[in-house]
Amino acid sequence: MIEFINFYLIPGITLGSIYALGAVGISMIFGILRFAHFAHGDLMTVGAYGALTVVWVTGIPPLFAIPFAVALAIIAALSCDRLFYKPLRELPTIYTVIASFGVALILRSLIQVIWGTESQVYVKGFQKPLVYFDTFRIATRHVQIIASTVVITGLLHVFLSYSRMGRCMRAVADDASLARVAGIDTDNVIRWTWIIGAALAAIAGVFVGLDTDVHTNLGWNMLLPMFAAALLGGIGKPLGAITGGLIIGIVEECVSYPFFGEALLSPSYKSAVAFVIMIALLILRPQGLFKGRLL
Amino acid sequence: MTPVVLDVQHLSAGYGTQAIIEQINLQLTEKEIAVIVGPNGAGKSTLLKQIFGLNQHLGGDIRFNGTSIVDIKTSALVPLGISAVPQSSNVFPTLTVSENLEIGTYASPPADKKIARERMLALFPDLAGKLGQAAGELSGGQRQMVAIGRALMSEPTLLLLDEPTAGLSPVYLEKIFDLILQIRDTGVTILMVEQNARQALRIADTGYVLANGRHAHTGTGAELLANDDVRRAFLGGSAGQ
Amino acid sequence: MNAEGIAFYLVSFLTMGGIYAVLCIALNMQWGFGGLFNAGIAGFYAVGAYTAAILTSATAPTHVGGFDLPILSGLLGAGVMAGVTAWGIARVCVRLKADYLAMASIGFAEIIRLVVINEQWLTNGSLGISRIPRPLEDIFSGRQAEVVYVVFVWLVVLLTYFVSQRLSRSPWGLVMRAIRDNDIAADSIGKDVQRFRVDAFVVGSVFMGMAGALSAHYFKFFSPDATEPLLVTFLCWVMLIAGGSGNNRGAIAGALLVWAIWSMTEIITSHLPVEWASRSAYLRMLLIGLFLQFVLQRYRQGLFPERG
Ligand SMILES: Nc1ncnc2c1ncn2[C@@H]1O[C@H](COP(=O)(O)OP(=O)(O)OP(=O)(O)O)[C@@H](O)[C@H]1O
Ligand SMILES: [Mg+2]
Repeated sequence: MIEFINFYLIPGITLGSIYALGAVGISMIFGILRFAHFAHGDLMTVGAYGALTVVWVTGIPPLFAIPFAVALAIIAALSCDRLFYKPLRELPTIYTVIASFGVALILRSLIQVIWGTESQVYVKGFQKPLVYFDTFRIATRHVQIIASTVVITGLLHVFLSYSRMGRCMRAVADDASLARVAGIDTDNVIRWTWIIGAALAAIAGVFVGLDTDVHTNLGWNMLLPMFAAALLGGIGKPLGAITGGLIIGIVEECVSYPFFGEALLSPSYKSAVAFVIMIALLILRPQGLFKGRLL
Repeated sequence: MTPVVLDVQHLSAGYGTQAIIEQINLQLTEKEIAVIVGPNGAGKSTLLKQIFGLNQHLGGDIRFNGTSIVDIKTSALVPLGISAVPQSSNVFPTLTVSENLEIGTYASPPADKKIARERMLALFPDLAGKLGQAAGELSGGQRQMVAIGRALMSEPTLLLLDEPTAGLSPVYLEKIFDLILQIRDTGVTILMVEQNARQALRIADTGYVLANGRHAHTGTGAELLANDDVRRAFLGGSAGQ
Repeated sequence: MNAEGIAFYLVSFLTMGGIYAVLCIALNMQWGFGGLFNAGIAGFYAVGAYTAAILTSATAPTHVGGFDLPILSGLLGAGVMAGVTAWGIARVCVRLKADYLAMASIGFAEIIRLVVINEQWLTNGSLGISRIPRPLEDIFSGRQAEVVYVVFVWLVVLLTYFVSQRLSRSPWGLVMRAIRDNDIAADSIGKDVQRFRVDAFVVGSVFMGMAGALSAHYFKFFSPDATEPLLVTFLCWVMLIAGGSGNNRGAIAGALLVWAIWSMTEIITSHLPVEWASRSAYLRMLLIGLFLQFVLQRYRQGLFPERG
């Protein structure tokens, strides 16, 4: 049991937190701009490398480099929207989906050109885990990631429920044309969607680097689990996406626990879990757990 | 002479390049109620949407208090003092009633939010107990009230309503028409599309009959109700009804 | 480069260009005619390549087979296996709307990739399958063999083209277009929309499988690296959009054009200073990404617009 918590559950919650932060943006973009953003994972990668640069140059701990990572990802997202998505806004959304495939490639190859393709780590060396009650062992980085996600979730909830921009975002997600009739400046709402989505993606990217290492496929590899999380939570429901992310992360880590003497699934097939959940949701329950919108 | 609030001249509009309405002229003076009637597909909604810049402008002009608004983007019209309630899907379903009303104040904050809200609840007492409920879970009539309430929260001087009584029971229908008169009495000019033509024309100062995207008849509400052509073609039944 | 060198450069260009042309026409059957957003091309390509590799390579101790069968049976087997896989996938997810179908098909392609990487007994894992034969290898060798192979590839391109042309002009093709342009109307004239969409998905995937087989024979070696979604799926989409979706000649032209750009940039980037040359592959990817955006914004109809 202790082993299950230390080696499966806690890493699962950590991974789930990362998926959750990435999935929020996917869910919001889906809800407000109405398209599946295939470059979202690569925004995470941008953030991770942004932080890496600051860590290299200044030597500060990666957590303190997050503001820079966030700024870089926001700039990347807003420029991509302006250059590549906005010109296609009046067309069927499928063109924007295709464009986002291209943007994924553009971001990733830019990163590869600038930073190279070798994987990097923020901090070298072994870190002693924190030990609680003599038995629970939790790595410091896991505590940091999970705690930050809890705080961010709280802030996001307050923002969406009580702030003016949060309400406008929900209104646009409900009905963009009515929102314009009601006097909401949808361009501004779209801008804030990118800002929040990219900021959370960048934080998620830094967390991946903190948890494992920084490499150029980091975000792309997480894209499908994040889609799965966004779907599970219901498209256009950012808080649902957080729940979805946690579920996917925990399930993914825990399927290889030997519940019945043997691992349910070989660890090498771990990532298939998210794909299968995603496909099953698409087919059986595209509105997710919390009645998200349907395309 | 009362000032002209809305002046539509030779307006043509449609979707893409296809014109749905052509050569439409309307004039509304302050505190006037104008009603547009006509068969399904006549282009009534298209006209109203076009005043709000929601589809393709193909010619003519729309003036609000003397200035042209054809090039102003939709979301910038509310601050000018125009509010609209579309025909269908006119509330934000996942937002609560209270949030729907709140949204109405963002583009053009009323002088005093609290007073505006209290006035709204006096107008729609049915909503008082539903403020925390998602608007999508309300009945059709209640939704209509939320929609009108949202439009009024910005304290507009011109209100556009697209079939505010669609699908409502006779009781609600009377309520909504009463409300419209009350709203007018607070100084609002109203342009509305109505299928319940007979009742609507009774409260209308001016009526426009639209057919195939063009004016078929224009006159005061009473004139149209008395006009045999209009009765036969658009109102059904005889004058005595 | 001398004349002979250029000629053989052209041969290798046309070989890969032809393989991409098959993929592109196949994608055109799905997207151009049927409006099916298949983002899992790499999956069907991999199924085809591995099927052909296992069927035609010599017996190996490390994995199942090979069965040393003739190349044509490998090609056929590749088509059949890819088709069967596609049928299974299509049955469950072909009714999804475009964005959702894209996600689901990528998901399936990734699952196929995981199987390919992990099931050593079947595919020899990440080491890949080697000693895959080429047609008429014992008669021709060296550069002659290259020429023979390019002819073989283009025969398959022609086959794919004719099948696709026939289908698109048949009543089946007309219904497909009707479905693509307006789901509901086709439904209301009593056509079984779902079945037509499954058909389009399967037929396209059969040829994607064959394209996989062609590349396995060409490289004589196939490993999971070659199923990287970027190289196969993405490039293929760029090609089809640049060429003109809905038009088979456009699909071929797009494949050759984009492959030409791709190969040309290789020549250019290989002249860069050493520290840049190692990153040239990524610069090229960047260019292709930008090229796609350019096409999407300026030449959405492609080189050969539909019915052009
Ligand atoms: N979004 C659209 N795109 C293309 N054509 C449209 C669109 N909306 C409406 N139309 C067409 O415009 C014409 C007029 O429609 P409109 O909605 O203005 O009619 P209406 O008079 O409001 O009818 P109703 O009484 O049924 O509400 C119809 O023929 C309709 O098919
Ligand atoms: Mg209407």
